[in-house]
Amino acid sequence: MSAVARPAPSLALAEGDDWPVMRGAPNDAAITDMVLAPLWHTRRIWWILFAISALGTLLLLATVAYTVTVGIGTWGNNIPVAWAFAITSFVWWIGIGHAGTFISAFLLLLNQRWRGSINRVAEAMTIFALVNAALFPLLHLGRPWFFYWLIPYPATMNVWPNFKSALPWDVAAVTTYFTVSLLFWYLGLVPDLASARDSAPSRLRRRVYGLFAMGWRGSGFQWQRFNVAYVLLAALATPLVISVHSVVSLDFSIAQLPGWHSTIFPPYFVVGAIYSGLAMVLVLLLPLRRAFRLYDIVTEAHLNAIAKLMLAMGLMLAYSYVIETFMSWYSANAAERYTYLASRPFGPYAVVYWIMTGLNVLSPQLFWSRRLRTNGTALFLASIVILAGMWMERFVIIVTSLNRDFLTSSWHIYIPTWVDWGILAGSFGLFGMLFLLFLKFVPSVAMSEVKELRIEMRKTPEQEPLRA
Amino acid sequence: MPALFPHWTNTLARATLIAVLCTLVGVPVALMAWVRTPNATRQYEPVAQPVAFDHRIHVTGQRIDCRYCHYSAERSSYAGIPPTSVCVPCHSTAWMSSDVLAPVRQSVSSGRPLRWNRVDALPGFVYFNHAIHVNKGVGCESCHGRVDRMAQVYQAAPLTMSWCVNCHRNPAPHLRPLSAITTMGYVSQRELGPQLAQKYHVRSLTTCTTCHR
Repeated sequence: MSAVARPAPSLALAEGDDWPVMRGAPNDAAITDMVLAPLWHTRRIWWILFAISALGTLLLLATVAYTVTVGIGTWGNNIPVAWAFAITSFVWWIGIGHAGTFISAFLLLLNQRWRGSINRVAEAMTIFALVNAALFPLLHLGRPWFFYWLIPYPATMNVWPNFKSALPWDVAAVTTYFTVSLLFWYLGLVPDLASARDSAPSRLRRRVYGLFAMGWRGSGFQWQRFNVAYVLLAALATPLVISVHSVVSLDFSIAQLPGWHSTIFPPYFVVGAIYSGLAMVLVLLLPLRRAFRLYDIVTEAHLNAIAKLMLAMGLMLAYSYVIETFMSWYSANAAERYTYLASRPFGPYAVVYWIMTGLNVLSPQLFWSRRLRTNGTALFLASIVILAGMWMERFVIIVTSLNRDFLTSSWHIYIPTWVDWGILAGSFGLFGMLFLLFLKFVPSVAMSEVKELRIEMRKTPEQEPLRA
Repeated sequence: MPALFPHWTNTLARATLIAVLCTLVGVPVALMAWVRTPNATRQYEPVAQPVAFDHRIHVTGQRIDCRYCHYSAERSSYAGIPPTSVCVPCHSTAWMSSDVLAPVRQSVSSGRPLRWNRVDALPGFVYFNHAIHVNKGVGCESCHGRVDRMAQVYQAAPLTMSWCVNCHRNPAPHLRPLSAITTMGYVSQRELGPQLAQKYHVRSLTTCTTCHR
């Protein structure tokens, strides 16, 4: 009947992994109550975190308003370092988003059913990260109110954006990515919004959730259409995991600048994006799992799987670092060799370079240990460290390449101003605020998928009867 | 439990979907259309001036050449608004005591120029040179329109970048012989354009730095 036939899921992730993806087989009602509880009851910790992130958002608003009214001369960047904090943060935030799509779409197509209890959080993270990412290049335009000049439309200027430049490619890639991610997230939400509608305590909330559930009744017909649409969107989203950050990397690699002009950039950036994104998933998921007592549906199996992925990505990233540096020597080009072998390791930003290399290459090595892969504290700390390391990686790529290029007479040191720091810190506030609002108003676990998984996990109906 | 939504909300939902789609398409289309209207380009809006100078009388009636007053158009980037002393040779006899000319007499005696209001305003980031256009066969009329028919001068061209660029991409059809540079109501001859372009060495100049320096 179903157009999308799924083979029976393998619940053990790999040979020797003996953690279940769900523990205690809670029934459907218990799952609904557990996931929806934060929607109906707001805890004090939520308000405290919300207040902190709202302050961060205010800082962002203030620094953005200052930048827009005074101009981007308030930032530290100046020729030759025309791209600095803004583009670093743009690439970093957009990379964060990739893990969300990776978990939700890639793993759906690969039939990794463990994704069901964490994909909602990961997708929300993607969308909020993209909102933050878009902010930076828009501000960097200098006159953000002319942002629409980046879009090819029939303007009275009779000229198009420069299609040979990677920047309009960025606009196309990021807007496509945002649209598909939003649609994918919302579609997956519909059955859960209907659950929220049906169990909401007041008529007003039932109506609001009912409005967003768009008449979902959970009929066989609706489920059939839903599954087709969901897999189609996943198929649309999956290539974007690869393409979006590849396009972002072209901002750099199509330039002739030593440190940017490299063919390894697209895969190197995609790997780094998924790596940092997985770290962000853990940073969000681990406290959430603890606060909402989601231990039964977010188990060691999930942490183990994410940690393994991070280890794999970390190794690929380390490989990219090695190849990049080797190729600069192998090119026999003086400028290339100078950037990779002198300027980065021993130049003015050498400290950032070495910290970045250390954090990104060494910290995932912890995950060779089976015990550390499921240790919440170790995972959380390693993820924070990796997030910082990945931000520094983009900083190193952008600033150390620009500040010392071919012309020694134009060498210039970049030092961020308080506005640079304020916008960066403020963007964390905005991200946190959006995420907290998401936790308060949207079911943060894909209940329908978890329930489906529970039924598929039963060995036979006789052995373990359904308790709904 | 009563139904969460009454029946008519189905219609409302569909209507909302259609309205949202129409807005998403309609607003950008409407904006793109609006910037092309004279409302946005400020075309055809007569600009009030300190003296009720009527171009119809001077150009059509007295047959005075544009360059008699705007004499720097051929030599300078700026076409020039004439000093009031230019009025004197004729107006020392004609209409000398008219009230209309009171500000001119005042300006001539005090030596303080009149403050004319600008009609064709280009943004500060656009470099424009009258002399090169006039000397290469672009007539006054091509940009300023039928000034001979204007009681109060208004902006005749949209002055959008596409308007500039369209001519810069293919200038030949817009050229006229230098002898007819100030002619109003010039009828262009199709074969003449390419010949004039060759004669005056007119090329298509569309690099950014042609106008944005």
